[in-house]
Amino acid sequence: MENNRRSFLKFAGVSVLGLGSLSLLDGLTSDDVIASSGQTSAEATYKKTANALTAKRWGMVIDTKKLSGKICRKMEKACHQIHNVPHHENKKHEIKWIWEAHYKHVFPGKQDEFLEERLKELPIPVLCNHCANPPCVQACPTQATFQREDGIVLMDFHRCIGCRFCMAACPYGSRSFNFRDPREAIAHENEKFPTRMKGVVEKCNFCAERLAVGKQPACVEASKGALVFGDLADPNSEVRQLLKENYAIRRKQNLGSNPSVYYLV
Amino acid sequence: MNDKPKIIIGLIIFFAVFTFPFWYNHGAASSAPEPLLSDKAKEAKHCVRDADFMRKEHMQLLDGWRDRTVRDALRVYEIDGKEYMASLSNTCMECHSNKADFCDRCHEYTSVEPYCWDCHKYPKEKK
Amino acid sequence: MLEKALKGSKAYWIWIFALLGIITLGFGFYLKQLDFGLGITGMNRDVTWGFYIAQFTFLVGVAASAVMLVIPYYLHNYKAFGKITIMGEFLAISSVIMCILFIIADLGQPMRLLNVLLYPTPHSMLFWDMIVLSGYLVINLVVGWNVLDAERNSVPPAKWLKPLIYLSVPWAISIHTVTAFLYCGLPGRGFWLTAVLAPRFLASAFAGGPAFLIILCLLVRKVTNFDPGKEQIQTLAKVVVYGSCANMFFFLCEVFVAMYSQIPEHMDHLQYLFFGLHGHGVLVPWMWTAMVLIVSGIILLLIPAARQNESVLAVACVFTFVGIWIDKGMGMVAGGFVPNPLHEVNEYFPTFPEVMIAVAVYATGFLVLTMLYKVFVGVKEEVAG
Repeated sequence: MENNRRSFLKFAGVSVLGLGSLSLLDGLTSDDVIASSGQTSAEATYKKTANALTAKRWGMVIDTKKLSGKICRKMEKACHQIHNVPHHENKKHEIKWIWEAHYKHVFPGKQDEFLEERLKELPIPVLCNHCANPPCVQACPTQATFQREDGIVLMDFHRCIGCRFCMAACPYGSRSFNFRDPREAIAHENEKFPTRMKGVVEKCNFCAERLAVGKQPACVEASKGALVFGDLADPNSEVRQLLKENYAIRRKQNLGSNPSVYYLV
Repeated sequence: MNDKPKIIIGLIIFFAVFTFPFWYNHGAASSAPEPLLSDKAKEAKHCVRDADFMRKEHMQLLDGWRDRTVRDALRVYEIDGKEYMASLSNTCMECHSNKADFCDRCHEYTSVEPYCWDCHKYPKEKK
Repeated sequence: MLEKALKGSKAYWIWIFALLGIITLGFGFYLKQLDFGLGITGMNRDVTWGFYIAQFTFLVGVAASAVMLVIPYYLHNYKAFGKITIMGEFLAISSVIMCILFIIADLGQPMRLLNVLLYPTPHSMLFWDMIVLSGYLVINLVVGWNVLDAERNSVPPAKWLKPLIYLSVPWAISIHTVTAFLYCGLPGRGFWLTAVLAPRFLASAFAGGPAFLIILCLLVRKVTNFDPGKEQIQTLAKVVVYGSCANMFFFLCEVFVAMYSQIPEHMDHLQYLFFGLHGHGVLVPWMWTAMVLIVSGIILLLIPAARQNESVLAVACVFTFVGIWIDKGMGMVAGGFVPNPLHEVNEYFPTFPEVMIAVAVYATGFLVLTMLYKVFVGVKEEVAG
């Protein structure tokens, strides 16, 4: 009797396991079908928008000499409005894509006792560096954050599980987490751009959605020439010209993440 | 086998719980709803793909749109020589501006809750 | 064998239902968290991991510490541990279950958890963590259960278990190593960016885990007819003191490197934890308490006369366990996030709902542990009888 019962339990256990793995396999294969039907279904093809701006490696040069608090706030406002970045009253839940900080916070490893006066109190914009060797992409367990061919480090909000490993990995504090529903805290929604949902990480996307329709990033447009955006891989681009003629620094470049945002000081 | 009554009672309870949805909805079966087309959709006559494909595979199509747009910057979907921006809010909802009558009817009937609308917008409906 | 967990005294059932009550209460708070988001916790934009992940890290250590029984018994043929090895393995099972629950509690989108399997990403340490943890759970379930079953039937354990038992040794080391790799491979976090993190995790695990096991042994002796044995407990006590000394040694190595080199990125975090930074120091009293507890534990355990007195031993083990819990479960994670990458100080302290959810996870672990130990003791009593 005892033996019968045990073998029955074993059989039942194995069956449950089998069914479980079967459904897992089922899930995997059906996903393949989804992916392939999206990609190769008979006559349909995907392509880039005709007027899209393209590059091998997008980058940005920030000229601190042209900066002012007014410009910084204009950039921040433009970016956050276009991308439906919520404004939570509770600072703990804060979400920001681009914001201003002082030199000692932007470049904590380059603190100087006798720093140039101008730099001490100057508001400097900080944003995602779209590193060529991004630690956040390495850390993400689902490839929800990934590097596009043109160097832009993006978030796939549909896939993010909200583990926040990318936030621990980012050496620049460029990422924010939706600790609560963002929709409650968006004053003027931009109908053309999606919001996020609670429980996912977000950050600057170098205006990927604007580049696709031939527009410069919103902050660059608002910057009155302080921010220049272009292809770092093209020696004739404006950003490369600026870097050729000026001394530029990057945030924590000793870490090897190879940021794509340069600061002229 | 003095446990027989207990086992039988247990089985009956299990059976009752397991088949609860059938008892609960007994007699309440309703026919599948038809999605309603907005005027603009009626006028356009054809969708991105034919109606049959869209009915069966719109979720796969949207999944493909989403992945290609987000991950590969391929935002244009080309088929039969026509090009569409692969965008739920800005392409689909342009014609199908009646989410409640077009999307929700079937989704509610089939008890699926797509989380598209947690982030993506749909046109406000005039009642 | 499981039926043994379904028959017990009145006290047993009171304990079980008390745990179920706590779990229900904590689950209520978890539903609130699901509804509102992780904003109900004390975590913020700068300290993005908190109590949950810290408990996870601590408990991976408790799980790994089962190896401190497996190695002497199976590799060195130290017969005395044969009596209690399964207790270690069952403790590992309940710890891993708690680890998994803490990970789920920490996710912003828990229903997407299986994305980790759907899009396997070998360059992410979290992917490997999922693999080693689930593997360790299976190994301990299979080994612990089958060895106990064999003992019940008075037959030697099946031959095929041996390779699995040997595998469990490096596997136990791997779970805590991978957990340390979650932290110590991140370029911008000076506090964790040290090769000694994984060894230190293991050392503190081999102190805290067996310390807890000693407390469990003393409890089991008190509430059941099974005696884990005086010799066994004394040997475990020596394991605890070795582990605790190694832990402190590694810690002092860390302190030396950071403080003597005076590199701010490494030094500031220790400064914050032990003395406060820019006027912020919510964890300072906690960290000093931890240090006092750990060191007093070591002193008590080092003195043979004290160690051999089981009441003193129990106190020393509580000191060690609580000290390491504070160090790992409070300081280790939050300390790495303060100051933030822009060198600003935004502090973290867990909120009430957060603690309640954590308590419920612990209650779940204790529920599993109680039932497993009930089965274990039941078999022991049956064999003895």
